[in-house]
Amino acid sequence: MAIVFQKPKALKDTAFHYCPGCTHGIAHRLVAEALDELDIEGKTIGIASVGCSYNSYDYFACDMIQAPHGRAPAVATGVKRSKPDNIVFTYQGDGDLAAIGTAEIIHAAARGENITVIFINNTIYGMTSGQMAPTTLLNQYTTTTPYGRIADHHGFPINVSEVLAVLDGPAYIERASLHDVKHIKKAKEAIKKAFTMQIMKKGFSMVELLSTCPTNWGLNPVEALNRIKNEMIPQYPLGVFKER
Amino acid sequence: MGQRMLMKGNEAIAEAAIRAGCIHYFGYPITPQTEIAHYMAKKLPKVNGVFLQAESEVAAINMVYGAGSTGTRVMTSSSSPGISLKQEGLSYLAGAQVPAVVVNIVRAGPGLGGIQPSQSDYFQSCKGGGHGDYRQIVLAPSSVQELYELTVEAFNLSDKYRIVTIIQGDGILGQMMEVVEFRDTEPIERPETPWAVTGHENKRAQNVITSIHLNPAVLEQWNRNLQEKYNLIKEKETRYELYNTDDSDIIIVAYGTVARIAKSVIEKAKEEGFNVGLLRPITLWPFPQEAFEKVIDRTKAFITVEMSAGQMLEDVKLSVNGRRPVYFHGRMGGMVPERDDILKLIRDIYGKSA
Repeated sequence: MAIVFQKPKALKDTAFHYCPGCTHGIAHRLVAEALDELDIEGKTIGIASVGCSYNSYDYFACDMIQAPHGRAPAVATGVKRSKPDNIVFTYQGDGDLAAIGTAEIIHAAARGENITVIFINNTIYGMTSGQMAPTTLLNQYTTTTPYGRIADHHGFPINVSEVLAVLDGPAYIERASLHDVKHIKKAKEAIKKAFTMQIMKKGFSMVELLSTCPTNWGLNPVEALNRIKNEMIPQYPLGVFKER
Repeated sequence: MGQRMLMKGNEAIAEAAIRAGCIHYFGYPITPQTEIAHYMAKKLPKVNGVFLQAESEVAAINMVYGAGSTGTRVMTSSSSPGISLKQEGLSYLAGAQVPAVVVNIVRAGPGLGGIQPSQSDYFQSCKGGGHGDYRQIVLAPSSVQELYELTVEAFNLSDKYRIVTIIQGDGILGQMMEVVEFRDTEPIERPETPWAVTGHENKRAQNVITSIHLNPAVLEQWNRNLQEKYNLIKEKETRYELYNTDDSDIIIVAYGTVARIAKSVIEKAKEEGFNVGLLRPITLWPFPQEAFEKVIDRTKAFITVEMSAGQMLEDVKLSVNGRRPVYFHGRMGGMVPERDDILKLIRDIYGKSA
């Protein structure tokens, strides 16, 4: 019988620990499909960060490093500068990349570091049980904004893709979403393009993926996907912010 | 005989690293060690290496973590406040067993402190400035020649044990100029790195560099393995110098710059009829306890002299373990111990006054 659908080779045969309805699994799969289709898994070194995906090396089959919180772009820089012929990517959440790791991501982007960043934006800290992230929407309830995120007190959400796109260093920055099949297909193309940019030695590439956290949002999986469409995309518009 | 050059201590470190095969350097500017970065910035591009000025000390040590994870010889250097910022990374390097060489040209603290020489980072380097049960090899050179030789050695030790080695100098050692005699070829020992992340090329199993083990039983075993390694290093790699200790009544314990001052104290004391020796730890960790066993029966007292409030003093007391009195003379804030002050203490101990 012909096999018409199977796990990508770049994903190990391990069950994800992610919550039901969480889109980390989809994001992992898309990255793995890109590694397969570009046939680069064997020379890829992935950098896991701190957050729910701290152990993504249990799922990705390529060589991996687990980085300190927020430092993945610096670790990736050290890897890429010592092994320029390898493919290097980081996989980071919004607490990791947009709060504690702000300096590292901005400077990796500004240097045009030839790495690929997969940035999961779910507007919340997942692993530590739902605290406010820099990406948390105004009026969003979290465990540290129990009365909602109030601009006067907590400030405003950070649109990371737009912030990085003003720099000269990045070669490619796109924001995509994982809320339905049509958008997942687009996200896949974005990820593949980002890795292709790296292969072509064009410099820093990043794909921001609007993602769910049903557990900490207090929504069921379907409601969570709808929240991306109805609440997140108005704040975080989809599209290509930088390409050269 | 090798090439002889008049060099600053900081430059000797940088030159030694390149000679040891370290052509990847990540750092951030801070006085009084910046000449290391200047030297690397100039030389590394010429040997197909990489000098990269990081956005922070935090980023620099994480770049070191990344490069070290690929099995590449890599170095960073800084001074006390910068080394404080690197502690998170150093803990990860220890936990994930990534080899690297880190230079700390110590300046006085706490806080921003000053830029004058100090030895007040002994606790931080030797007792673990970061979180967790970990150790790093700490080498304490006492001359520019030794800065060169011990830097080469540091890379060998780091690779051999998959551990961070700290070169612990101070502002005087980093800034002073002395003649260095370079070897024609360096004694480089580089074991295979089957653990390194280099891309598996579909030829071997996945390699992972990590320090997280959420299962406490697994993490305890991981720690036991680390402790076993540390014990092996204690057994094999402890280094020290004994100077004039054969029949000395009093032994000064001092390292780095202060050990040089101690030698001039010893000469002067001899003129006054006092027989004083020097025990100079070269490895601050592992601390040379065995050196004390060699001399304790034939000495009456120890004097620890440091540019700190008394940090190594604790290890000296542990090593002497109450068998002899341990006196202390320390200066802080960038002030340097003076020969005559130490002599005065010696006279007092001998029960005489000048």
